[in-house]
Amino acid sequence: MNNPTTVERKSERELVVTRTFNGPPHIVFEAWTKPELLKRWWTPKSIGISFVSCEADVRTGGTYRFVFSHAASEEPMAFFGRYIEVTPPSRIVWTNEESADGPVSTVTFEEKGDQTLLVLHELYPSKQTLDEAIASGSTGTGAAGEQFEQLDELLVTLVRS
Amino acid sequence: MAGPMQLALGFPLHTAYSCYILNLMVQCQRVHLDASFAALSDATRRGILERLGRADASITDLAEKFHMTLTGMKKHVGVLEQAGLVTTEKVGRVRTCKLGIHRLEEEAAWIERYRQLWEARFDELDKIVEELKLDGRVDGRKKRK
Repeated sequence: MNNPTTVERKSERELVVTRTFNGPPHIVFEAWTKPELLKRWWTPKSIGISFVSCEADVRTGGTYRFVFSHAASEEPMAFFGRYIEVTPPSRIVWTNEESADGPVSTVTFEEKGDQTLLVLHELYPSKQTLDEAIASGSTGTGAAGEQFEQLDELLVTLVRS
Repeated sequence: MAGPMQLALGFPLHTAYSCYILNLMVQCQRVHLDASFAALSDATRRGILERLGRADASITDLAEKFHMTLTGMKKHVGVLEQAGLVTTEKVGRVRTCKLGIHRLEEEAAWIERYRQLWEARFDELDKIVEELKLDGRVDGRKKRK
């Protein structure tokens, strides 16, 4: 059985994801930071999105650019930002700059015996921006077509993080 | 299942739609769908949804339009609300009804989809961790030689 993944809205501006891996931090860090490895897990089949290209210069001050294709959209979608801090094998902090209201993401890898506790923390600029991120991905009222569009957008938004 | 009903009623069945189109919704537990379909089994409630599809309305408006008592209308709206088809908001003395699931439920559903995304990613990541662990052991053996 796989280890459980939890998500919590920790505060008005923060989301926190946690997961334990059955391996040491340097291995999880490697899988997160080598583009050829990251590409293999960042877009699982179930979300219907695949990489067109994946560039990531994972060091403090480096940048990344992920381009995805999605069945419902002809145009590929780009997600990009900067690495504010990279401390192997325990911590990576990056920005999400494809939108002005993107969060700052921090992932930490903490050694727990033979395992690694991964904590992903996303800090939004304000309560409003996190609320809007959530609202834009929800099925509100409106025509069915609009809902499909919203759901498609949601998939895109989710992949960004 | 959702398609013909949606067409017949002329409004979107939000919950059912999301479920069938994307595997990402957790809202589509059987219980929830049962509640939705039970709510839709009543002609008055379908009429209420149709009306709310055109414009939001207060309980009083709805009671008048459907020639019902306030208490009777409150009951119908309550059933629709339970099923996640209608949300109500009280401003001052007026309770306004609109189509759609409750904000808190929306947030919970979004967070659950978000969790499922990361779960799917991390399950794949597990495989790579296993591979790298294996590689590490092989490399270690080579080095010892």
